[in-house]
Amino acid sequence: MADDLISFEGVGFAYGATPVLTDLDVRVPADGITAVAGPSGSGKSTLLRLANRLLLPDRGTVRHRGIDVATIPPPTLRRRLGMVFQRPSPFPGSVRDNLAVAAPDLTDDQARRLMARVGLAADLLDREASDLSGGQLQRMCLARALATEPESLLLDEPSTALDPAARHGIEQLARSLAEAGTPLVWVTHDLEQLRRVADHVVLLMNGRARMSGSVADLDAAARSDPKIAAFLAETPPEAREDADER
Amino acid sequence: MNGDLDVLRLAASLLLVAVAVALSSVQQLRLSRTILWASLRALVQLLLVGVALELVIAPDRPLYLAWAWVVGILVYAAVVVQRRAGAVPGVFTIALAALSASAVVSLGVLFGLGVFPLEGRALVPLAGMMVGNSMTATVLVTRRMAAEFRDKRDEIEARLALGLPAPAAGRPYLREAVRTALIPQIESTRTVGLIFLPGAMTGLILAGAQPLEATMIQAAIMYLILGSVATTTAVVALGVRRRLLTADHRLVLPQARGQRR
Repeated sequence: MADDLISFEGVGFAYGATPVLTDLDVRVPADGITAVAGPSGSGKSTLLRLANRLLLPDRGTVRHRGIDVATIPPPTLRRRLGMVFQRPSPFPGSVRDNLAVAAPDLTDDQARRLMARVGLAADLLDREASDLSGGQLQRMCLARALATEPESLLLDEPSTALDPAARHGIEQLARSLAEAGTPLVWVTHDLEQLRRVADHVVLLMNGRARMSGSVADLDAAARSDPKIAAFLAETPPEAREDADER
Repeated sequence: MNGDLDVLRLAASLLLVAVAVALSSVQQLRLSRTILWASLRALVQLLLVGVALELVIAPDRPLYLAWAWVVGILVYAAVVVQRRAGAVPGVFTIALAALSASAVVSLGVLFGLGVFPLEGRALVPLAGMMVGNSMTATVLVTRRMAAEFRDKRDEIEARLALGLPAPAAGRPYLREAVRTALIPQIESTRTVGLIFLPGAMTGLILAGAQPLEATMIQAAIMYLILGSVATTTAVVALGVRRRLLTADHRLVLPQARGQRR
């Protein structure tokens, strides 16, 4: 459907002889935050990489706003769908140099605005990117992705490598971006995080979408689907710590 | 000393191999057998080449035999590159194209401008030196590229994800690999003659040529090598980049141990 941000129709993908996605049918709505969850190896990251054509599907069609992504030049597609990876990868040089890779004509004013958008102090612009803390680096990567002025963002476990405070910061940032009209697709293995951030949920299992809908739909599905219930019961360590404190 | 080194005197030089073998056994390096085998193999190879060269480049031989020889070593060099840097798919074709391009350019300059007379006895050894050095640089740059693209895959994919076209996304890493591959050749060009006299010059002086004449020939050969190494390295790096970063702007690394995130 043209209203969907991204849709997968009968998509299959394998790494060599290892099938990852077998027959994926999923529609990602064009608003709010869509969390993609599932056990490790269920194809969450693969789904994002198929969306921006860092990978090509073996079968099926991936659409962006109703248009087959195979017909869109990859650089154009990728400027529309910004991506932030799990491990921040700073390019050599300063923070400003990093932003300039995404937008070579970036003015100082624009650079400062980007920094403000991701909650980084503007005086970090001339700092070596590799000197930043993990949380700052991930925010810089987010600013770098935003520098191409994408209409939506793909986030591949962007806060997994961060401490709880930095993780919280990224979640707030994502929320404010979504509220300002940038839809986000957020891959996470952290169910507590999913409950905090998600407007929509896609649950992947065994190379297919086991369910998709709202968080309430996920809980409802767990009552009738023991596999989903079992997945939800695997409480992540962070949640356990929180429970102990209570 | 004049040019004719007979069998007896060659045998005397084998004494030096004996020294190496003796040192190896004293130090328990377990290299004696390897040294002996390498020395013997080198001798046999050189003798065979010597006989073949007699057939190919004796003055009464037609020039096309020498050209056929050049084509032969180009193909063989590409085979060697594939064997030593086979992780990159299609590297044989890339290496063959690059070595041939560089042969056309450098031999074209040398013979086209009359730096050397176009005769079998000039063509074959010059092409040999050119191809040999370029082959080493080709192996180096291919391996360097594969390693660089593997190490920096996160950075390269991040660049692609920002919408950079494949050539731009690969440029910083290609540059690094080419620099690494070229620097040894530039270093050896810079320090040439200060410590060791290069092979061609040594040979010419031993054979009785005037040192100044030998120097000029050596200089021309050095420029030939530098030029052809630079040409091959650049062509190979571009070819390998096009294999690793596809026309539809994806990074495709050769499968290493079947592992992926």
